[in-house]
Amino acid sequence: MPELECAFPQVVNNLAPCLAQGGLNADLANFISILLGVVLVAALPLATLLILLVVERKVAARVQDRIGPNRVGPYGLLQSIPDALKMMTKEDITPAGADVFIYNLAPIIAFASVVLLWAVIPFTPLHIGADLSIGALYLIAVASIGTVKIMVAGWSSNNKYALLGAFRTIAQLLSYEVPLVLALLIPVMIAGTMSMQGLVEAQRGMWFFFMAPVAAIMFFIANQAETGRAPFDLLEAESEIIAGYNIEYSGFKWGMFMAGEFMHAFTASVIFAVIFLGGWIGPGADQLPILGFVYLGAKTVVVYIFGLVLRATVPRVRIDQLMSFNWKFLVPLAIINVLVTALLLQVVNWLGIAPQGDAASDLIANLPQTVVLLLGNLAVMGTVSTLVRNMGRQQRLADEAVEADTEVEELAHAAAH
Amino acid sequence: MLELNVQTLAFFVFALFVLGGGLGVITTRNLVHGTLYLILSLFGVAGFFVLLSAPFLAVVQVLVYIGAIAILIVFAVMLTRSMTSLHEVVNRQWVLSAIVAVLLFVMLTVTIILPVWGQDGSLAGQPVSEVVATTTDLGKALVDGNQYVLPFEVASLLLTAAMIGAIVIARDDE
Repeated sequence: MPELECAFPQVVNNLAPCLAQGGLNADLANFISILLGVVLVAALPLATLLILLVVERKVAARVQDRIGPNRVGPYGLLQSIPDALKMMTKEDITPAGADVFIYNLAPIIAFASVVLLWAVIPFTPLHIGADLSIGALYLIAVASIGTVKIMVAGWSSNNKYALLGAFRTIAQLLSYEVPLVLALLIPVMIAGTMSMQGLVEAQRGMWFFFMAPVAAIMFFIANQAETGRAPFDLLEAESEIIAGYNIEYSGFKWGMFMAGEFMHAFTASVIFAVIFLGGWIGPGADQLPILGFVYLGAKTVVVYIFGLVLRATVPRVRIDQLMSFNWKFLVPLAIINVLVTALLLQVVNWLGIAPQGDAASDLIANLPQTVVLLLGNLAVMGTVSTLVRNMGRQQRLADEAVEADTEVEELAHAAAH
Repeated sequence: MLELNVQTLAFFVFALFVLGGGLGVITTRNLVHGTLYLILSLFGVAGFFVLLSAPFLAVVQVLVYIGAIAILIVFAVMLTRSMTSLHEVVNRQWVLSAIVAVLLFVMLTVTIILPVWGQDGSLAGQPVSEVVATTTDLGKALVDGNQYVLPFEVASLLLTAAMIGAIVIARDDE
């Protein structure tokens, strides 16, 4: 048996063999290693949450020309800690007539459904919870558990606002799952794999953002809706349904819903960075895996901050606008996009300009394919925006004609008297 | 003789989920609790797929079945008068239903489990993933002109027709 290096940096990667070398049962050593990995992967989003809350409030404050939290710690960075303490010491209320067991179950499902997503996120070339062969599908499947928590919370609260809010939220989440899945299909088609690590590897030469900008933008919009971020934050439209499905929750249980929501928004940014911005890909990431983690973090922050600024800028849409935007615009566009991309990929193969073998990680070798796909995407964008503009103009002209008619009628009416 | 390892243990836990959840579905008087028991049961089935090294089927199980439970609750809320204190109603068709259920069970056993075990039980020891086709085979079979492309297309046409029918029924007359 070769002597293993069990000093600090190496022990992270060789924990199980090192423990076994120290005289531990091999099965037990494996179990401890896996358990530690699971705890680490699950704890990472929790730790980032404390920072996320401050970042969110700071960015929103800056957009609205305020300073934001600035009392606790340097620049208000420790604001989350007193907030969390306050939340935990609040009274825990269970409404009369609530279905107690599943009322308590809902916050746990809410939190778990987000933490589960982190199992397939590749942090570095070496570190990933589980590199499933169907990683991308796993993301969708776990996200679909999210609808269960909303319905369970809304129903068990024994409150009509909660139930109505839950109905509305379910309609939104299910609708936006369609463009989300269709947008996710494009990178899978280009890479030819659903494994998350495989998707990142396929972007060595060129990020998918440049090959499939339509899919990327659609994925971002659908994710904003899935995570309930403005302009799609109808999940908690205070002025209409008070607070939505979690209206009856208080104290720590409400905190779990809120933490789940914040983490989901951040996780969506991480997934966007992994699937469209190349994940851990960057100079030197193969030699020094920790650099990959830094690259992934940097890309995620860019996406996340963009989402925050968007959230603080745009007003909320109405529910009918939300639905017609999805079903009459995003879904048809997503289907067309899938067809166009499939066709272009065949054309690329037929022309023989798809990068082969080792060339796949080369920027120059990827350029012809990227240019073809990018042109196709731009054509789709151009066609769609022209169509939408023409439809808008016709609508406006029709409206004006109706208005003019009514004016003439009113004048005639007035003249008759 | 059963070997007691992690796989066996997991199998029994999942079996408990499936059977316990199924029992819960048919015994509870509360529709929402029933749907939650159904989640437990379906989750156990997904676990079986993982144990059989069929991750694709496991994920589809979660996506299609557990993901749709929320819709089931919506229907339960909208289409029933009382969700929490259902009382059982047995009609005269229960004998027929029982016969159909038993026949279905026998048919599934004969047509699916026996071929996997082999005629003389010789295949029983092997992992199922080596006996039956993989996900890649499944995907290819569904779009191969010599295999199942026609049934696949017919099924998708049927689903489209069902969806259009549902929309037509749901629309108000204009």
